[in-house]
Amino acid sequence: MSAGGAADAGRPAPSAAGAGPDGPLLRVRDLGVSFAGPHGEQLRAVDGVSFDLAAGEALGLVGESGCGKSLTALSLVRLVDEPPARTAPGSSVRYRGEELVGAPPSRLRRVRGAEIGFVFQEPMTSLNPVKRVGYQVAEPLIAHEGLSRAAARDRARELLARVELPDPERALRAYPHELSGGMRQRALIAMAIACGPSILVADEPTTALDVTVQAQILELLARLRRETGMALLLISHDLAVVGEVADRVAVMYAGQIVERGPAAELFRAPSHPYTEGLLRAVPSIERRDRRLAVIPGRVPAPGSWPAACRFHPRCPYAWERCATEAPPEAALDEEGGRHSRCWLVAEPARRAGHGYVEVGG
Amino acid sequence: MIGRVTDLLLPGARDLRGRPLRGVAVLLAWIGLWALAVLRRDRLLATPGAGRPDWWIALLGLVTALSIVWRAGRPRATGRDPAEPDGEWAAVRAAFARHRLATAGLTLVALLALVAVLTPYLAPYDPAAQGADLVATRFQAPSWAHLMGTDRFGRDVLSRVLYGGRVSLLVGTLAVVIAITLGSLVGAVAGYARGWVDTVSMRTVDLLLSLPRLVLLITIIAFVDPSTTLIIVVLGLTGWMGTSRLVRGEVLSLREREFVQAARVLGFGRARILFRHVLPNVATPIIVAATLGIGNTILVEASLSFLGFGVPPPTPSWGDMVLRGVRDMHEAPWLVLFPGVAIVITVMSFNLVGDGLRDALDPRASREAAP
Amino acid sequence: MRTNFGLDRPIPEQYAAWLGNFVTGDFGFSFSRFRPVSEVLAEAIPNTLWLGGASLIVVFVVGCAVGIVQSVRQYSRTDHALTFVTLLLYSIPTFWLGVMLVLWASSPSWPDALLLPVSGMQSLDYDRLGLWGRVADRARHLVLPTIALGLSSAAAVARYMRGSMLETIDEDYIRTARAKGLSERRVVFGHALRNALIPIVSLVGLFLPILFGGAVVVEKIFAWPGMGMVMYEAVSARDYPLVMAGAFLFAVLVIVGNLLADLLYAVVDPRIRYR
Repeated sequence: MSAGGAADAGRPAPSAAGAGPDGPLLRVRDLGVSFAGPHGEQLRAVDGVSFDLAAGEALGLVGESGCGKSLTALSLVRLVDEPPARTAPGSSVRYRGEELVGAPPSRLRRVRGAEIGFVFQEPMTSLNPVKRVGYQVAEPLIAHEGLSRAAARDRARELLARVELPDPERALRAYPHELSGGMRQRALIAMAIACGPSILVADEPTTALDVTVQAQILELLARLRRETGMALLLISHDLAVVGEVADRVAVMYAGQIVERGPAAELFRAPSHPYTEGLLRAVPSIERRDRRLAVIPGRVPAPGSWPAACRFHPRCPYAWERCATEAPPEAALDEEGGRHSRCWLVAEPARRAGHGYVEVGG
Repeated sequence: MIGRVTDLLLPGARDLRGRPLRGVAVLLAWIGLWALAVLRRDRLLATPGAGRPDWWIALLGLVTALSIVWRAGRPRATGRDPAEPDGEWAAVRAAFARHRLATAGLTLVALLALVAVLTPYLAPYDPAAQGADLVATRFQAPSWAHLMGTDRFGRDVLSRVLYGGRVSLLVGTLAVVIAITLGSLVGAVAGYARGWVDTVSMRTVDLLLSLPRLVLLITIIAFVDPSTTLIIVVLGLTGWMGTSRLVRGEVLSLREREFVQAARVLGFGRARILFRHVLPNVATPIIVAATLGIGNTILVEASLSFLGFGVPPPTPSWGDMVLRGVRDMHEAPWLVLFPGVAIVITVMSFNLVGDGLRDALDPRASREAAP
Repeated sequence: MRTNFGLDRPIPEQYAAWLGNFVTGDFGFSFSRFRPVSEVLAEAIPNTLWLGGASLIVVFVVGCAVGIVQSVRQYSRTDHALTFVTLLLYSIPTFWLGVMLVLWASSPSWPDALLLPVSGMQSLDYDRLGLWGRVADRARHLVLPTIALGLSSAAAVARYMRGSMLETIDEDYIRTARAKGLSERRVVFGHALRNALIPIVSLVGLFLPILFGGAVVVEKIFAWPGMGMVMYEAVSARDYPLVMAGAFLFAVLVIVGNLLADLLYAVVDPRIRYR
């Protein structure tokens, strides 16, 4: 599966601004989440994250484990436990122009489920084992739209059929342990879209599933998007998955977004060295002649993040400035569609003579 | 091996190597204590009415008490103890030390042990001594002369509580030692051997657990006359089942771990693997079970004495004191109040320690702010 | 008379005879009460069941309530205070609690209106009371013994419940429920509680022997004519047939209780229903 050949698939082109009168559907600026570390200091697990999500658009949030991508998604609607985590001051999450950080819990509850739906990574444990699947899928309908149990049940049946569960009637009455992993994930997706949210956040929806089922789930997500025009925030460590689905991509490293832009462009010509390294490390059937590259070093843990540019110890292009000054997110083009958090944007000449070492031989 | 024994009997002797001054000071203190114990052994070993046969019980109690006191001092020791095989214990100790209630419990336990050992020196009166003038000295409310009052025979309640405490602690500790040993053996063998050994053992455990412990105890006592030794043994024999289940579970999961497979490949015999490799790793949950077990056993022993089936008189016992005090409790509530409070404090300190240890073992506990 | 009762025959023969009788339902004759053992026990069992049942309810209702409160307000002052209280209660011997309750309830300063009886199962004029009178009378007599018997175990259950709730709230499906936008109340009481109760149900089997053992002591203190009282008196009198039969019956009660608890467990946890 090549990363980068995806932009041509028949996907609805995101509207030019993707924006309503109040700006993009979801506007995140400077989102930070901190934890208390073992010695009491505040560790920023998510630091200065900014991105936009337009209506109907699919944004892929890519990064390795521990980079803070799941935390970012959860903190959009304050699904993180407030102690021990804290949303950093100055964070802003605007949904349809309305500020969610600091919003009253009742409003957030309404947004969750009804406006922004979530699908998580673990289908095996994300369903309540003692309640029937049908009930759990119908629950948001009862809670948000005030449907009667019977009406909600019918809607749930429809939803289960829509996510391509083979026997919706049986699934309605079943308990989670009677369903397979793939079926559970479908049920979870049904639950997430039940109230017709405008954004679906999918956190590693396929990671825990078999490869064949993965493809099916991704297909399902793409189809649902087409049918409902819903926006998708897809979080994954798997570049191939993201490449399949996303219109735009944001790459995260050590709690920060290091590069973002349209998927096709980003995969074809990455700007940030980390993105480049990731892409070079992905084996590709089409490009069998190319050797794999390895990013030297290891992902740092929160609390031991390098100073200034967090990637500099592993970066093949780094120079003195990278170790002393933290690069801001710089725009690569005038429309503001591409950004990279790297000094190479300011000093592109520094690229010459450096690069990733290829493995093998 | 010798090192461990000397460490147990003369705690702090190790420090002679690293910090000689401190080592000498501690050593002298302990030698002094032992000298005192030996020279004054008749007073020290006096358990009124119990007579000579209990001297070995008292000796064991002394060693146990000293060990507890020593262990209580250890969390303050600096540096890593080279004798500990796994750093896990150091982490557990640190977590335990952070837990304020738990360290309070440990201090209390150490204090109780010390009081129990030094009772003959601490008790203001002879617990069996009846008041000179029965009418004048009976049922005296707590006062400076008698801190806990006197009973119907003019005996000082405080002294009786202190001596009763010795018995309770001794009985509780020894019974738990028996129970833990037996339970660990059965559980370890059952968990390691599996198969029919396991099934038979666990079914037996289930069967024995279906009888309430107190009922089983009094049934046995109906057939034999109780003595202190018998009570200890019977308490031990009725309390091992929980430990065996616990140990079996741990051993079952441990035997699949790599280090066990490695030992098997190296050709070690089953018994050797079991005792020298697997069991040490189960040590910490066993210690938790033992600590909580002592608290529980003291409660059971007290209940037994309250029913009149416990350690025979004239050995004082808290439960027995409550039993005899009920008759007069309307005029002299202190007769039932103080023994009960003593039980509560004692059991509570053991429970605090056990809880603290259990929390310290729980990997998620490191996230919590200790109360 | 020794010949009559076969007491001059060798012990193993006596035991064999007893065993043979026992398994055929002949529990023998009680020396201390001059009645057949089965009669004595048949009278006493219901009384203990009353006491045990009431205690069981107190233990689990109160215990779970406290545990839930603690888990919902984790780390608050309420939580810490309740932790201390439950630890304290857990360390109190049942017999002492009973004695203290008797002392307290029979003290002269106790208000007359709330008079709680400290002895026996029913008042002297029980038979002359109407239905509601009898119910009230039985209830009033149950109050103190039930508290004495159940409080300690309730504290233990509270600790377990707190732990279970805290564990459950960490589970993934609770995160899902929150992500669905359900109210916190619904999440806690609709989802978390149901799941947290499952391991607690298995505790019923654990606490039955404890409650029955405690009944021996409590029945003695409150002069409650149940099996505990019978056992106590039988052992005191060395009435061996009664002792053996009583012990056996206790075991049977516990086993039956465990079976019922297992059934309850299957009701509560759908995962094990079809095994």
